[in-house]
Amino acid sequence: MDIIVCIKRVPETAEADLVIDGSKKAIDTDGLVFSINEWDNYAVEAAIQLKEAEGGTITVISVGPEENNEVLRRALAMGADEALRLTDPAFEGSDAYAMAKILAAAIKDIPHDLILTGVQADDDGFGAVGVALAQMLELPYAALVTDIKKEGDTLTVHRELEGGLEEVDTLKLPALLTIQTGINEPRYVSIMGIRRVAKKEIGAKGVADLGLSEEEVGLKGSLSQIEELFFPPVGEGAEIIEGTMDEKAEALVKILKERGGIG
Amino acid sequence: MEKIAVLVEHRQNEVRDITFEMLGKAHQLLEGGGEVIALFLGDVSQKGLLDQITPHAHRTVAYLDSNLKDFEPLRYQAAFTNIFENVDCQLILMGQTAFGMDFAPAIAAKWKIPFTTDVVDIEASEELHAIRQMYSGKVNAKVSLKPGEKMLCTVRAGAFPAEDIPTVSGELQEITGAIEGDFSARTFVEYLEAAVGDVDITQADIIVSVGRGIKDADNIPIAQELADALGGVVACSRPVADKKWLPKERQVGTSGKTVKPKVYIALGISGAFQHQAGMKGANTIIAVNKDPKAPIFSIAHYGIVDDLFKVVPALTEKVKELRG
Ligand SMILES: Cc1cc2nc3c(=O)[nH]c(=O)nc-3n(C[C@H](O)[C@H](O)[C@H](O)COP(=O)(O)OP(=O)(O)OC[C@H]3O[C@@H](n4cnc5c(N)ncnc54)[C@H](O)[C@@H]3O)c2cc1C
Repeated sequence: MDIIVCIKRVPETAEADLVIDGSKKAIDTDGLVFSINEWDNYAVEAAIQLKEAEGGTITVISVGPEENNEVLRRALAMGADEALRLTDPAFEGSDAYAMAKILAAAIKDIPHDLILTGVQADDDGFGAVGVALAQMLELPYAALVTDIKKEGDTLTVHRELEGGLEEVDTLKLPALLTIQTGINEPRYVSIMGIRRVAKKEIGAKGVADLGLSEEEVGLKGSLSQIEELFFPPVGEGAEIIEGTMDEKAEALVKILKERGGIG
Repeated sequence: MEKIAVLVEHRQNEVRDITFEMLGKAHQLLEGGGEVIALFLGDVSQKGLLDQITPHAHRTVAYLDSNLKDFEPLRYQAAFTNIFENVDCQLILMGQTAFGMDFAPAIAAKWKIPFTTDVVDIEASEELHAIRQMYSGKVNAKVSLKPGEKMLCTVRAGAFPAEDIPTVSGELQEITGAIEGDFSARTFVEYLEAAVGDVDITQADIIVSVGRGIKDADNIPIAQELADALGGVVACSRPVADKKWLPKERQVGTSGKTVKPKVYIALGISGAFQHQAGMKGANTIIAVNKDPKAPIFSIAHYGIVDDLFKVVPALTEKVKELRG
């Protein structure tokens, strides 16, 4: 089974103090650590487990600058066979729709039985590229997948719904799945592993190589665009308890006593 | 804006709250003028659900077919095509839910409908602007959609109130007739109910909840010790359950449990909206997080900006002292 996995390189922002840059349309990423999007890491692992069971190849694709080779190499070290980077100044400003068009153009030329993406990306959180891509490629698809079983050319998948409920669906290959976190336990990537694939060539394709025009991608080819970023209004917010650690603990105990927090 | 269509969301014979949240927002955007249109795809046996919808829409268009009982995107898309071509509206609202996330982007891509997802607010004065969150709620973005005949937004669950939706006398328009096509490429099989665990966190008065900030499975006992001292239970955010540090039944949030304890202590949890949705109803929320900008502080009543590995042992100690 030949599998394509689409992966994104995103900044880690959970503990970072974010700054909106001068354009007001992006954050200042200087000093932020980048890594593979969490959902995509689970997707790469899912592909490797299927390959281990079924044979075949895995191609990982990422849209972005040369730095994206880091996440592509990481996926190669995990067990992917080929990597491709899609890059062009014209891609700048692409929304989920334009991004899906770019990926669709590249995927058309690569044999595939299954395409995997993450459910969503940590940074913009659209949760739309995978399903839009499936539509463009006219493939059956399922979003929010938490389990995959293959029998012949049929997949049986679990989709996560709300409140712990799941749904079982069957899909005919070729198909596209968007992978939800927790579906597996992504393998650890050692420095040795990365070194082993350091020399592996990673191809790059631009707008012309993909047979696209500049009007079809980037801001021009998008259906939406960011006008402005701003920090969410804080509202009332929490009462912050200050003091030494002892004073903080003392204050907390008092609150817990008052609020029924000591049962 | 004159006409807004809302795609009704239902599952296992219940209309989901997001439907009313979207209907309410549609009324608000039209400010009493215009037409709110509810779109319903379902089985004839689910017709009774329409009684909850028709009062709140000027018009309800229902496509009833025995194969539309449970969501199957290919079949739903075929049914939606009929509606899409026959219902005049400028904006379509769907939920950013397990249903909408599996449906809306395909609809938008198919008809090239300008769209954006996971919207927390919509402004429709002259041009349409959507407000959505990025970086797990740390930054908001104002997004404009390319002007089009129709536009589509998926709406975050809980972003708008589900109560006090205006009541209007709504007419019902039924469309029947089999949907043509081969939809076997994806078929619905069944629902799987969540597993039942040893501890039911929804029944607890006191919850000590840990997030990714707990760093490792080996650190869970720190939280357990505090919970034991307080007479509470340990729960968690999604990454902790994903990594199997705690069982899935302990997960709080949209894809886990909804809890309403007297006290909810969030340790090393950033407060993504999917987590907030499961715990914002707690009487008292206390958050411990190193990052003063963590979104959890916007809904917590009390906060400590510090390392949980220092705060928790100190607190546990004090509680134990108190108990003697
Ligand atoms: C469809 C869908 C459904 C989802 N359902 C759920 C759900 O039901 N429940 C859920 O929780 N999530 C859910 N999520 C995931 C959600 O979007 C977030 O990814 C998740 O909630 C983040 O968990 P976290 O806060 O533990 O981790 P992070 O966001 O990584 O935050 C960790 C926090 O710990 C703090 N921290 C780190 N070290 C320390 C320390 N030593 N002391 C103090 N603080 C520290 C950091 O400052 C940070 O704020 C869902 C996502 C999707 C797409």
